[in-house]
Amino acid sequence: MSSNAPSHEEHHGHDHGHDHGHGHDASHGSLKSYVIGFVLSVILTAIPFWLVMGEVIENKAALVAAIMILGAIQIVVHMVYFLHMNTKSEGGWTMMALIFTIVIVAIALAGSLWVMYHLNTNMMPQMSPEMMRNLP
Amino acid sequence: MSEINTQTAEKPEFYLKGDHHPESSTNLGFWLYLMSDCLIFAVLFATYAVVGRNYAAGPSPADLFDLKLIALNTAMLLFSSITYGFAMLQMERNAKAETIFWLGITGLFGLAFLGIEIYEFYHLIHEGATPQRSAFLSAFFTLVGTHGLHVTFGLIWLVTLMVQVSKRGLIPENRRRLMCLSMFWHFLDVIWIGVFSVVYLMGVVG
Repeated sequence: MSSNAPSHEEHHGHDHGHDHGHGHDASHGSLKSYVIGFVLSVILTAIPFWLVMGEVIENKAALVAAIMILGAIQIVVHMVYFLHMNTKSEGGWTMMALIFTIVIVAIALAGSLWVMYHLNTNMMPQMSPEMMRNLP
Repeated sequence: MSEINTQTAEKPEFYLKGDHHPESSTNLGFWLYLMSDCLIFAVLFATYAVVGRNYAAGPSPADLFDLKLIALNTAMLLFSSITYGFAMLQMERNAKAETIFWLGITGLFGLAFLGIEIYEFYHLIHEGATPQRSAFLSAFFTLVGTHGLHVTFGLIWLVTLMVQVSKRGLIPENRRRLMCLSMFWHFLDVIWIGVFSVVYLMGVVG
């Protein structure tokens, strides 16, 4: 980033003159960070596809867990290297919004699965047509 | 009395200081939009997770999905992510022609992704696996279709910005727009990670 043309520096100085002072590099990334992110993403995509298509793991639960964990790691990689997430940008507010969203997403996903699973397992077998008719 | 006067005199100064960050407020606002978009996808993922196994005696993911096609599709989106990154780096260097070139490459990868997805949907519907067939297929088409729709609008936005940059150059407004589309485009790739993990890979595993 330091090898920028003078004309750009001038432009940059004018454009971001009132910036907070957090680094320019941090918010836009460099060639190195994009390439690292890309290579990591390719590896983290190739492994789960290989696991499933090559039928490497017999145990279904372990296979699903591996897919979930690799997917979660890849999402973090994308957030850091492509979306340039960090705790400092916008005074920490992007991170706060992200944490809030993750909490809501977790509640929505876990809550839906939990409630619907218990509806299926606890209510359906006991429910006879007679009981259905007598429901309030 | 005099104390109150000094307090009111200081207030406008503080207010003006906060008024100096138009660009960063756009970034934060766009980030908040992306987070709200994330909630839309969370709801669709939750729906898919709940009804994704209700096949109504119809086809299951293992019968329908061709993982080779999905791997190709994932590669297209990943390539488009890094080429957009290259476009942003060229924008930093103030290189207009190179920026437009990499935006064009990104658009081609995005178009390839959409083409493969439309081919997949056409193939599924041709086989009778329509959204009306089962709860699983309704949830599948809604979730993957919403993502595809986002990519479509991202592509329209991309072409618009290519025209904008070629006509007006890399002015501050266009840089801001390119930054927003960059976040949008990478965000769609993040959502796709969830789609291929949860819908396709875990679907085929069973």
